[in-house]
Amino acid sequence: MPESSGHIVKSFEQELARLRELLIEMGGIVESQLAMALQALMQKDAELASRAIESDVRVDALEREIEQFAIRLIALRQPVADDLRRIVGALKITVDLERIGDYAANVAKRSIVLSGLSLPFSLTGLMHMAEMVQEQLKLIVDAIGDTDIEKAISVWQSDERVDDLYVVVFRELITYMMEDPRNITPCTHLLFISKNLERIGDHATNIAETLHYTMTGQVLSQERPKGDRTVYYADRPERG
Amino acid sequence: MLVASAQPDQLQNQTQENGESAAVSEKPCIIIRNLDFFYNDRQALRNVTMTLPERKVTGIIGPSGCGKSTLLRVLNRMYDLYPNQRATGQVIMDGENIIGPDVDVSLLRRRIGMVFQKPTPFPMSIYDNVAFGVRLHERLSRAEMDERVEWALTSAALWDEVKDVIRSPATSLSGGQQQRLCIARTIAVHPEVILLDEPTSALDPISTLRIEELIDELKRNFTIAIVTHNLQQAARIADQVAFFFMGELVEIGPSAQIFTAPKERRTQEYITGRFG
Repeated sequence: MPESSGHIVKSFEQELARLRELLIEMGGIVESQLAMALQALMQKDAELASRAIESDVRVDALEREIEQFAIRLIALRQPVADDLRRIVGALKITVDLERIGDYAANVAKRSIVLSGLSLPFSLTGLMHMAEMVQEQLKLIVDAIGDTDIEKAISVWQSDERVDDLYVVVFRELITYMMEDPRNITPCTHLLFISKNLERIGDHATNIAETLHYTMTGQVLSQERPKGDRTVYYADRPERG
Repeated sequence: MLVASAQPDQLQNQTQENGESAAVSEKPCIIIRNLDFFYNDRQALRNVTMTLPERKVTGIIGPSGCGKSTLLRVLNRMYDLYPNQRATGQVIMDGENIIGPDVDVSLLRRRIGMVFQKPTPFPMSIYDNVAFGVRLHERLSRAEMDERVEWALTSAALWDEVKDVIRSPATSLSGGQQQRLCIARTIAVHPEVILLDEPTSALDPISTLRIEELIDELKRNFTIAIVTHNLQQAARIADQVAFFFMGELVEIGPSAQIFTAPKERRTQEYITGRFG
């Protein structure tokens, strides 16, 4: 259904616009948080990592603000139909964004530890995965902003590729650890980082599902594309 | 590397029909087919086709002049009282077209009762208000009538408040009590269908909730159609909601679906306050 014309009560229209702006702001901060964390990882830039970690304060504050605002709108406006879906959607999206922020901050923290360790191997696989997750996050934040259902569906579909890449990176890191026990400490951190990235992809997919419902009133199938099979490799290192 | 292969058209197939599983089904009480209605030359209802399911509450919403009240007036043939008003199409109840020429209108109105926007107590005692309709249709002994009046007032959640003043004038009751009295008077003749035309628009919020609770109780025994301008009220009490606009039935569906994911843009615009 195409988006309807404006509400008779202008202030409600403005409040809904404000809700969207808050989400876009939160999405933007989380996006840059992840970019900073990854850059800090690549360039061993502890100062940049700290900035990524500090952004969490603003993200958490925005989550609370959006939650309070949404609750107030439900209580005072008694929204229905697409208005209701938008407001409930905002409540859900803000939780996903907050989690993404946490994962980005965790990547940043680990990048500080890693900056003091030597890595006798390349991070090409991980960086490829990181680029893909960043692209997903950018796309989904854009989708929040311009309510573009095609972008949301595209994010929903590409999560399986992220999961596949995660499997590749996982096996690669296990190989490094088996080759040289001195790699275990950095590789463990890198494993967590890749897991964080994989989770960020999952939350972006959650947001895609929420947006789909918000925009169409239809629930996307619960069976999303799933590609994470690392659980099967965990106790079979000989296959790494 | 595996690449996600789901295509947008497959995604559509995977979407769930939201709320449809809770569809209002069951046995129809009244089936309306291709109903048109005219006030002189002005057409007030256009080709309306819908069903009132038995023992369910059907909420009828829409902007002023959309045909909501007209629909209720057709269902118990209130329009018969006026010349130059006519209905065409079919309104089927128990296999009979109740807008046909051979219908006993008095009997029909016993089967399909109506409660109006403003309470309309007759200038007589509370008891006689309730007994009034019954006396037109049935010959009951004194004891039977007492029993019927008590049953009707109890069903209308008014008995406890009026049992000690049953011979007092009905006009001495509060607005909310008067409205419940009108509901008691309507159900006293054992109708099958109750039509309510904005029954709470003149009442305070607490009296309104009492009537809503009452409607919830009454649907165990009666089929109910309620016209309301209060959308939250329709959401609270109706099993299915019909949205009318300019004499047309735009959309009808389970209340949860209409208020979370309406299918028609005009429905969405109306219930979210974007026109009206």
